[in-house]
Amino acid sequence: MSNSNNTNRKSQKPWEKFICWVNGDTVLEDGPRKPEEIPDGRKVTVHSEENTIEGTPLSHIRKFRKFYIAASIVICCAFIGLMLFTTSQMPPFGAVDVPTNNEVAEKYIIDGVKDTGAVNIVASMILDYRAFDTLGESTVLFTAVMSVIILLRKDKDHVNDEEDLRILEEHRILEERPNVVLKTVGFLLVPFIFLFGIYVVLNGHISPGGGFSGGAILGAGLILYANAFGFSKLRKFFNFKVFTAFTSGPLLVYAGLKTYSFYTGANHIESIIPTGTPGAILSGSLILPLNICVGMIVACTMFGFYSLFSKGEI
Amino acid sequence: MADFIMNHYYEIAAIILFGIGFMTLLLHSNLIKKVVGLNIMDTAIYLFLASRGFIEGREAPLLIGTSVSESGVYINPIPAGLVLTGIVVSVSVTAFSLALIQRLYKKYHTLNLDEILLLAKKEAKK
Amino acid sequence: MIILEWVLLIFLIVCAIAATVSKRLITTVLIFMSYSVVMSIIWVLLESPDLAGTEAAVGAGVTSILFFVTLKKVGALRWGDNNILEEHAINVKRRDNE
Repeated sequence: MSNSNNTNRKSQKPWEKFICWVNGDTVLEDGPRKPEEIPDGRKVTVHSEENTIEGTPLSHIRKFRKFYIAASIVICCAFIGLMLFTTSQMPPFGAVDVPTNNEVAEKYIIDGVKDTGAVNIVASMILDYRAFDTLGESTVLFTAVMSVIILLRKDKDHVNDEEDLRILEEHRILEERPNVVLKTVGFLLVPFIFLFGIYVVLNGHISPGGGFSGGAILGAGLILYANAFGFSKLRKFFNFKVFTAFTSGPLLVYAGLKTYSFYTGANHIESIIPTGTPGAILSGSLILPLNICVGMIVACTMFGFYSLFSKGEI
Repeated sequence: MADFIMNHYYEIAAIILFGIGFMTLLLHSNLIKKVVGLNIMDTAIYLFLASRGFIEGREAPLLIGTSVSESGVYINPIPAGLVLTGIVVSVSVTAFSLALIQRLYKKYHTLNLDEILLLAKKEAKK
Repeated sequence: MIILEWVLLIFLIVCAIAATVSKRLITTVLIFMSYSVVMSIIWVLLESPDLAGTEAAVGAGVTSILFFVTLKKVGALRWGDNNILEEHAINVKRRDNE
């Protein structure tokens, strides 16, 4: 494949070149760069490995290695010194009159309950005032799990790699005869982990926690369940279709709800959603549904990472 | 000097942790050690941010039992929100880099970055 | 309180150095796990309980699990000559034969 591409590289269009580059078939650059063309300081990093292949004495590489270590230590010390100097100019730790405690933080604390109805000011901040930030964060998680699927998902019908067969055999043996300690502990702990995770997600606006921590706890509970009782039991209620629905659905719901909220004036000016009594479970207008959405995304993402890492499928 | 250390000990610890993570990232050729170093750098920066938001003698921003809020009781909530975002992004970055490491290991059967570069160079010459 | 803070911060620095210099990768990951747990205690001392919960669940839980699975995939989870799971599988086979 790569040979045929190398021969007619000249005749390729830019788009075809790009496709080949994405597929990893060919290198875009024509020949290796000469060391003189690269600005000094970096020329050694590119070509030090090449010298070993061609049998040049190792002293060059050793010299470069020493230079690299010394340079990195000097750079690190310079960074640390600069940061220490900057810190010494800052007001002391725990002081009241610091520039970071400005009117923005005061606004969040004083008007937070009145505007959003949530008792937890951090939740009211990240899910109401700065909700687009959290939408972007959920999108980061979604993108990460998509790229891990691209990198690690296996073709089920073409398992002929020796490594894959060994892993499949291991999983089969472990599912037939699971570890007794793990199974008993999982049987006792999994219900409580799920309960605590759901509690943390649902109480995100009136106590510390919220979608991220609760979702991570739920994902860890799913991982423990899969380990203790086997993937085949989990697959009965959590397969790839459910995974896709639970990651992309809440993301769309989140985007839709927040679009509505910002369309009606962000701080609920003339919005039909009531804020409720602060401290009650049904309060905080949109924060509770948004917390549930984020919790579902995070839980599915965490379990998806684990499942793809260990088995190569969901 | 002693004054400086007593007034800024959280920040100094965060800066030292940043330096350790940075050195791990630069000097180790093992890829998993590099990822651990990156994580240490992440947490050092979160520690620095959160320590700038802390105010002596004030409480966490949770209005339990009160419906009226005053500004003189609670710490600054903004760094907490920023760090919460950062922690979740750092876990997805870690997962992505570990997936890349698995692919690299499958191809080259080593975790050492220098060896991987050598093998890749040899492969490119063929 | 201030002594506790000092002890925890020094523990963090020692953990970071130990994670850097330890020879075996499994030790590095275990030390990083304890680093995350201590970090979550520091979040509580800094009056940010939201961060403490998230760090304990994400840093000490999920990230460490991902590291462990990767170490198992790259064959670094060795105790003696055999992979731990391989050994378990061999034991199970022997038990079945008996």
